[in-house]
Amino acid sequence: MAEMLKIIFAAVLVNNCVLVQFLGICPFLGVSKKLDSAVGMSLAVTFVMALATVATWPIQKFLLDPNGIGYLQTIVFILVIAALVQLVEIILKKYMPALHKSLGVYLPLITTNCAVLGVCINNITNGYEFIPALLNSIGTGLGFLLAMVIFSGVRQRIEYNDIPESFKGVPITLIAASVLALAFMGFSGVIDGIFGA
Amino acid sequence: MGIVTPIILVSVIGVVSGIGLTLAAKFMAVPVDETAVKIRECLPGANCGGCGYAGCDDYASALAADHSLSPSLCAPGGAAAAAGIAAVLGVEAGSAVPKVARVRCSGLKDKTKESMEYQGFSTCAAAKLFFGGPGSCKNGCIGFGDCVSACAYDAIRVCNGVAQVDRDLCVACGMCAKACPNALIEIVPKSSRVFVGCSSTDPGKKTREVCEVGCIACKLCEKACKFDAVKVENNHAVIDAEKCKNCGLCAKACPRHIIHVIPKPGAKPAVPKPEVKPAEKQVEAPVKEEAPEKTEAVEKTEAPAKAPAETPAEKPEDKEAEKK
Repeated sequence: MAEMLKIIFAAVLVNNCVLVQFLGICPFLGVSKKLDSAVGMSLAVTFVMALATVATWPIQKFLLDPNGIGYLQTIVFILVIAALVQLVEIILKKYMPALHKSLGVYLPLITTNCAVLGVCINNITNGYEFIPALLNSIGTGLGFLLAMVIFSGVRQRIEYNDIPESFKGVPITLIAASVLALAFMGFSGVIDGIFGA
Repeated sequence: MGIVTPIILVSVIGVVSGIGLTLAAKFMAVPVDETAVKIRECLPGANCGGCGYAGCDDYASALAADHSLSPSLCAPGGAAAAAGIAAVLGVEAGSAVPKVARVRCSGLKDKTKESMEYQGFSTCAAAKLFFGGPGSCKNGCIGFGDCVSACAYDAIRVCNGVAQVDRDLCVACGMCAKACPNALIEIVPKSSRVFVGCSSTDPGKKTREVCEVGCIACKLCEKACKFDAVKVENNHAVIDAEKCKNCGLCAKACPRHIIHVIPKPGAKPAVPKPEVKPAEKQVEAPVKEEAPEKTEAVEKTEAPAKAPAETPAEKPEDKEAEKK
């Protein structure tokens, strides 16, 4: 159990996919202007990450590794994730219109999101078994949610401040993101502190 | 041999995914509103959310479902997208009533005064936060032109302190109405030609002190109206566009000459003044008193500064309708 918690904590805080691993910067900067779209996007990402892990982990273990073609990991994963996301979108549209409405716009954007691909590949390189891999994916998604929510708050503050002309828009956003990333560096070592080394 | 397995494997995965998706798309297709699809084609597809909807598709379906929605919310698409959508909807909506924006203030600079020398941010929203704005009438046009910056059609501008609408250019998108911190701007059918150029909620005495042309809620217009279309509410007259027959009796009865009658489109060319002096700063004061003169009032009202904004545009109504 402690092991599970450790994986989730590590994924959310210590190895936060956006602020520490710098994966998924595009949606992080693009969709964090409003809190509700940030939350919608993050939930969609979390969902897709979990789903992608469910699909890619068995493929790696039972198809690629036995045939000695683990090096095709990246291309196969992209293929599978893209198809999967499209399928999920079709299914949602048909059977859960409400959910499709709230997540719908973000799903196509996520298709080739590097954070999703990154999680799947990290699960393999870290040698996780299926359940830990799933937890790691969900944790990473939650970490993405955390980063998005925090940053949308930061950006709303930025909007109301008097920024020097040359820093308006993207530059000040990037600076704010880097400061936030520095803050997250402070979490390194926390896991060892809580759960013992 | 070494290369065969990967090729087969990746191909199989690709084919299986492709077939799966095709089948899914076929059996789980959801019927789509064709209007929405057409509208969607007019939009840039940036999914920026600037319109207030969750992406272009959402905005398109909202437009298809509700034709009264403004087609001009898309900033990236700009005028081209708005025109395209209007064309699509125009075909469908056919009978949509042309509407136009109107500013319910007549407090030109020479009709009202300022109560302070305001030096803050020059937007109406900011000025409004500072003790209700620099004008002595706190209900009137502040005159910094938040509506002007909101307008994508260059159809509204501030003249002599009060915003004035160009009825030719106005597409009634309502962005100015949203931008006005005093909620002075209303969107009304173009066919409704009589309107009250004041929205002050101050009592008549106060209004009289701060503005020469504010509604003082004397109710003479109410009495003059044969159709029960005019009501004094919140210390200013309000005309019910549905009941109003555009007879102009109320305008004649108004002692403050703030009920304006816009000449019929195509009536006499002389009436509309080309340039309006639209409104001056309207610190709008509601005029309460109504004087008994009936005859003169109408003409005066329109022509003079009070109703400037609307006056010029009368003829344009037809044009606008066409545009739409």
